[in-house]
Amino acid sequence: MTMVGADYWLQATRSLAAGDATLLGLWGEPRRVHMAVFDAGVVVLSLDCPDGCYPSVGALHAPAIRLERAARDLFGLDPIGLPDRRPWLDHGANPTAYPFLPVEGEGLHQIPVGPVHAGIIEPGHFRFTADGETVVRLEQRLGYVHKGIDHLMHGATIDHAARLAGRISGDSTVAYAFAFARAVESALGIEPPPRAVWLRGVMAELERIANHLGDFGAICNDASFSLMLAHCGILRERVLRCAAACFGHRLMMDVIVPGGVAIDLPTDGDAAIRSLIDEIRARFPALVELYDKTASLQDRTVGTGILSAELARRFGAGGYVGRASGRDFDARRSIGYPPYDRLRFEVPVLSEGDVNARALIRIKEIEQSLSLLEQMLNDLPLGDMRVAVEPSGSGEGVALVEAFRGDVLVWLRIDPAGRIDRCHLRDASWFQWPLLEAAIEGNIVADFPLCNKSFNCSYSGHDL
Amino acid sequence: MLQTLLQGLRSPVTEPVPHDPEIAALAASLDHAARLKLGRSLSIREVDAGSCNGCELEIHALNNAFYDLERFGLRFVASPRHADVLLVTGPVTRNMREGLERTWRATPDPKWVVAAGDCAAGCGVFAGSPACIGAVSNVVPVDLVISGCPPTPTQLLQGLLALLSAR
Repeated sequence: MTMVGADYWLQATRSLAAGDATLLGLWGEPRRVHMAVFDAGVVVLSLDCPDGCYPSVGALHAPAIRLERAARDLFGLDPIGLPDRRPWLDHGANPTAYPFLPVEGEGLHQIPVGPVHAGIIEPGHFRFTADGETVVRLEQRLGYVHKGIDHLMHGATIDHAARLAGRISGDSTVAYAFAFARAVESALGIEPPPRAVWLRGVMAELERIANHLGDFGAICNDASFSLMLAHCGILRERVLRCAAACFGHRLMMDVIVPGGVAIDLPTDGDAAIRSLIDEIRARFPALVELYDKTASLQDRTVGTGILSAELARRFGAGGYVGRASGRDFDARRSIGYPPYDRLRFEVPVLSEGDVNARALIRIKEIEQSLSLLEQMLNDLPLGDMRVAVEPSGSGEGVALVEAFRGDVLVWLRIDPAGRIDRCHLRDASWFQWPLLEAAIEGNIVADFPLCNKSFNCSYSGHDL
Repeated sequence: MLQTLLQGLRSPVTEPVPHDPEIAALAASLDHAARLKLGRSLSIREVDAGSCNGCELEIHALNNAFYDLERFGLRFVASPRHADVLLVTGPVTRNMREGLERTWRATPDPKWVVAAGDCAAGCGVFAGSPACIGAVSNVVPVDLVISGCPPTPTQLLQGLLALLSAR
């Protein structure tokens, strides 16, 4: 962390607006605001604001707007010059009184959807304004699953905080636990044993494969092609069962802990994962071919929900959302944290930016993850799986880890008693949600589920 | 496409019906009158009232070919107005309280509420947060609790079958 003055803060804001650096996060604590920036590496800038005010980043750089609204709701920090003064995570006593942006025009009508949706999904509100069938504006209202994570982290033991971190977004529990552990280890100067590092990689790739398989099936299902969902559902279930057999939990919750991993791979774990790899390699290509050859399916995904490369770059869109729109960033390679610094893999990038491109990126990433799993199994080091985390000692740490949907940022400060003083976890969804509003514009209402699923942003990860 | 379809038919993966003392135990915990009214077919409306999405992933899995929920007469419906059962997850957040209450009111009687997951049962790791109301039973009456973080599809299936099981 670097303490900066208001002048430097403004200078950093201008370089974000000019596109010289990428905003990774912005969050608060009482009387202090932080921003994380990517510029060859992760840099955290901190600004004291004794009077509770600071110069708004969102005034010049739109991706910061929702983050600043959230920090104001949670810590009362007032961003001077912020163009959108409405609350974000704090719904107040009268949640229905939220002032949506006005839309004017002849023949326009509005469709309110949520927070309780028709499917088995998380809650959020979408306000569509449509001209006939065409969406002219989507406005999101989120925060329904706000659970007060920043508050719960304050004063938590490292063990409890690790469990909380694993429940920020259930589909990325491995990635969050991984990022949290790395941040703690960096704060306390701990080096996890090599075997633990490699097992973390194994779990992270299993989680990525499970999510990509499930979402690929679900994207096709939202184009009414349920056969793909059925087949991908079987493969996804195989991954989860393999994870349960190897690490004792289907989603691998609480297995990655600060200092290493809590469960070692059992003796038959290697064979179980290799047989899973074989099964996916035997079955998945036929499904990809089916996707490619089904014209009615391609008709729905190709050219739908296009996200421009310029917006993806400006918002620092992580994961397949960014990589399908030409943004060549993957924390596994761009940061190169272990074990990925010693593994060979490609980061697929496309430029079309449509639903099809986002689906294709996931297909290619499954292939890469299978290869990564094999490499890790081949070279899995022997030895301890965990080192002790000293309960006393203070420090500050930051980590960026690639979850299946994009990079997860964790920043934390440990107090001298060895408890978490402050911790902030930023999901990739913070920067992807606003882009979904842009991608749906000009598409028909009926294609929204398809676009939404191809982004698959997290509500819980965003609402904190 | 035909080949892919046929291949699915040749190698079914569906699990046998779980026969488990846990189902009997859960069933016994249900009100007898409730079981008489429920009959053998249920429409379920899922409500995420604050979950981390872990429970939703496993609830989704109930629809995959391994668990195939619909063979038991259980199905998920899109509207609370079509539902017999609300399957609620998450520590109820302040911001979802009204949504949950309204969904409950929109569900016609007779209706039952199942709280799924440790958060729904007792707020889980989020206990003590001023942003959370806590257990589902703090907001709407709960008839059955399925614990787990998240409950596995088998545990969920056992719980839901308990709703249907022998009177």
